[in-house]
Amino acid sequence: MKRLLLAALLALSALSSPALAVQPDEVLPDPALENRARTISQELRCLVCQNQSIDDSNAPLARDLRLLVRDRLKAGDSDDKVMEYVTDRYGDYVLLRPPFKATTLVLWIGPFAVLLLGAAGTFLFLRGRRGVAAGADTAPLSTDERRRLDALLRKDD
Amino acid sequence: MRRLLYLLPFLLFLGVGIAFYLGFERDPRDIPSALIDKPAPTFDLPAIPGQMVQGQPAQGQPGGGGLSSARLAGDVTLVNVFASWCIPCKAEHPVITRLSREQGVTVYGINYKDKPEDALTWLSRNGNPYAAIGADQDGRVSIDWGVYGVPESYLIDRKGRIRFKHVGPLTPQVVEEQILPMVKHLRQG
Amino acid sequence: MIPELGHYALVLALFVALVQSVPPLVGAATRNGAWMNVAVPAAIAQMLLVLLSYAALTWAHVVSDFSVLNVVQNSHSAKPMLYKVSGVWGNHEGSMMLWIVMLTIFGAAVAVFGRNLPPTLKARVLAVQGLIGVGFLLFILITSNPFIRVIPAPIDGNDLNPLLQDPGLAFHPPFLYAGYVGFSMAFSFAVAALIEGRVDPAWARWVRPWTLAAWSTLTMGIAMGSWWAYYELGWGGWWYWDPVENASFMPWLAGTALLHSAIVVEKRDALKSWTILLAIVTFSLSLMGTFLVRSGILTSVHAFAVDPKRGIFILVLLAIATGGSLLLYSLRAPTLKAGGLFAPISREGALVLNNLLLSTATATVFIGTLYPLFLDIMKLGKVSVGAPFFNATFVPVAIPMVIAMVVGPYLSWKRADLGAALTRLWVAGVAVVAAVAITAYVKAGSGPLLALVGIGLAAWAFVGSLVEFADRIALFRTSFRNSWNRAVHLPRSAWGMTIAHACVGLSILGMTGTSAWQTESITAMKPGDRASVAGYEFQFDSVGLVDGPNFKAERGTFTVTKDGQRIATLEPERRSYSTTRMTTTESAIHTTVFSDLYVALGDPTQNGTAWIVRIYHHPLVPWIWIGGVGMMLGGLVSLTDRRFRIGAPERRRTAGKTGGKSAPLPAE
Repeated sequence: MKRLLLAALLALSALSSPALAVQPDEVLPDPALENRARTISQELRCLVCQNQSIDDSNAPLARDLRLLVRDRLKAGDSDDKVMEYVTDRYGDYVLLRPPFKATTLVLWIGPFAVLLLGAAGTFLFLRGRRGVAAGADTAPLSTDERRRLDALLRKDD
Repeated sequence: MRRLLYLLPFLLFLGVGIAFYLGFERDPRDIPSALIDKPAPTFDLPAIPGQMVQGQPAQGQPGGGGLSSARLAGDVTLVNVFASWCIPCKAEHPVITRLSREQGVTVYGINYKDKPEDALTWLSRNGNPYAAIGADQDGRVSIDWGVYGVPESYLIDRKGRIRFKHVGPLTPQVVEEQILPMVKHLRQG
Repeated sequence: MIPELGHYALVLALFVALVQSVPPLVGAATRNGAWMNVAVPAAIAQMLLVLLSYAALTWAHVVSDFSVLNVVQNSHSAKPMLYKVSGVWGNHEGSMMLWIVMLTIFGAAVAVFGRNLPPTLKARVLAVQGLIGVGFLLFILITSNPFIRVIPAPIDGNDLNPLLQDPGLAFHPPFLYAGYVGFSMAFSFAVAALIEGRVDPAWARWVRPWTLAAWSTLTMGIAMGSWWAYYELGWGGWWYWDPVENASFMPWLAGTALLHSAIVVEKRDALKSWTILLAIVTFSLSLMGTFLVRSGILTSVHAFAVDPKRGIFILVLLAIATGGSLLLYSLRAPTLKAGGLFAPISREGALVLNNLLLSTATATVFIGTLYPLFLDIMKLGKVSVGAPFFNATFVPVAIPMVIAMVVGPYLSWKRADLGAALTRLWVAGVAVVAAVAITAYVKAGSGPLLALVGIGLAAWAFVGSLVEFADRIALFRTSFRNSWNRAVHLPRSAWGMTIAHACVGLSILGMTGTSAWQTESITAMKPGDRASVAGYEFQFDSVGLVDGPNFKAERGTFTVTKDGQRIATLEPERRSYSTTRMTTTESAIHTTVFSDLYVALGDPTQNGTAWIVRIYHHPLVPWIWIGGVGMMLGGLVSLTDRRFRIGAPERRRTAGKTGGKSAPLPAE
């Protein structure tokens, strides 16, 4: 019973809080800079809320990180520098687009490997289908067919 | 060979199924620290406004009476991030107190996004086991530490490097099985 | 008393499901007609019992019987009646009940409408359905019983999560589950065919309507979920690539592939073992979605109550259903005879390409969703895979898919002339160029380059599909009356295809528009303040207090004007639900053909005089869901095709097709 209630509670907390993320006081006056901030925010994971970017989350930490991102941008950091600043502290885990490295090789290569293997398989399959088809089509004509064909060809002459 | 091809989906599924089964044992909310074996971040935090250290207002003392990275080097220390509004912090408080008073580990506190008066009331009610406390009111220094939820505890070696991180309340078990052996080892090394 | 009746009916349904499975399987193996025939009344009885049980649970919710734990946890006496009814499936136990209701309805439908099925196939299909029922009834009874009582009964309940108290989300789960569960039909047919050791065009003709029905409802379910997220979460996002969303998207992608490969089986008797595999995979992905959502194995913003015991149980079900069927597949599939022959450039070839790309898309979502789990259990560290990853990998697969989607229907079966097909598509080509040029001119370089690609694709899909239809009815090449006649006599499946394909274009249009050119204003506003977004003036008139049945709300009134002309009055709300102590935003949206004006009222500022107001202009966004509904309609129209209604396939006709001779085939 207690466990059920706990589970229910967990469910509630998971579903709660409509994401009213970015607050007016965070928005930078410079639209270009703000735009960059939003783009960066969408790439960074909110660590406490799981599977939401800090741009989507209203968790206090997400807000702190949004402010941090904006501060770094105001200080003149490039986008990459800002990302680096955050990953230095929280690791690659905060990146919603994982960096390409040994442990993410399968992740990044995987879809394309599936496509290539699938394409190779499809190619072999299609060749097989066509191969037989061509073979069937070029099967020697029966004497009856040859006679009719000859008749047709003569008619054209 | 052709038969093997038809067996492939089953084998793939087998792998996925095993992964799902093993997945029950992991905690998806447990996030590793990026700072293990790296030097602790450089910071200088003031004391909690109104805090008294040895009967004197902390803020009047040399160095502001707060906590800075300079203090972390020298001995193996534990840095504990806490807040009065955090319920698990209260649960771990006796464990921290014992660690500091009986088990001989210097514990520093970072007071995370707290109202000064709340923090002071909390400390006077529950006791202050911290050798020094820095008040991180906007949470910026905690971000440098990679804090994502209070309480968090970091073990710092004599050279001021972070060697271990624990997220969530410290329990006697964590102290006995992980922190104390590590402290012993780091003091020798 | 009534909850006990429901509980009892559920237990009885379990035994009936066993009767539906075991004797018919034995009977089919031993050619014992009497044993096989048990399946039909059993399937109907199982449905009636489950319906009775479900009705009992609904009754408990409707009359607010707080001696039932499930009602206590998810209802409140002051909750509006609509949500008392929808609240039944708004929680884990009740949603599993809805699952099983759908399952048994599908099963009974086969029993009733499947008169023309060969008796052994029918018995086996129903038996497999029965076995799935056994699994899930056990699951409900052992781990998720909704009829548990609480003594003493509390005075009132905890209320349903306010986010679920919304018409959009109220009806999202029934559609979603109908889709998930509908794929169980394809699965049962596949397993039955494997047991029979035979797949032929007739088989595909039985499978297709069920798959179409499931696919249509799943499309609707996903669209509704996305629409709900859009207006309820307060800032207009419509797809987050969250694991739970992905869990519904994977069966959709695989199901779309299945829908198309089944056509090849039906028309050309080819791709048989592949289609069987897809049918198994599609339903397995549905099961996996259920597992992912309820096991807590992946973290998600909208996961159900997490209980590892349930997770283990569903995993065991998954292992039996998927593992068993794939093992059976590995044994039986190699014995299936390869069917009709075709050249790579042909309708079949296009559908194979469609399947390749859809499978890749499914794999992409699968890998991305589960990669964090795989990496973690191999102790290789933690990684996050989110929207930016999926956008980077999914879109490149989707683009060729949409391009091919338009060309495919132009290709004839067996062998086709790609050049000729492309020539006939010149109108669509012109449309693409025009759409891209106009967009580039109007938007003058704002928005990413990908936006132009999106607009081009949308035009290609929409115009290309319509052009193909026009071509088919010889529009403008013959008298209008003649064309009309042709259109009327076209098979419904051709209508359905055109509608669905064209609507894919509409959805892409909406997705592109809002992603590329959305504008927003997030400010603290006091009544009397004005804000300007995308050329519209928003005047914040006032805030009033409103009393709802189980909530209190602040309702803001905004007058929207453009160039001095009054456009709309928008009244967004910020609701506080007293029992759950949660706040929700009810955004106010003014929809026009070209865009949505979207206002959400946020928290009051600290001194209480102003509110955080989010105003968005989402260009073209309504088309996402118009397209989604259109796709569903396309599926339904296709479902009314006469071939499916008759159901009885003419085996005689199909026999001629397998020989590889170019016997005349229907155009579609």
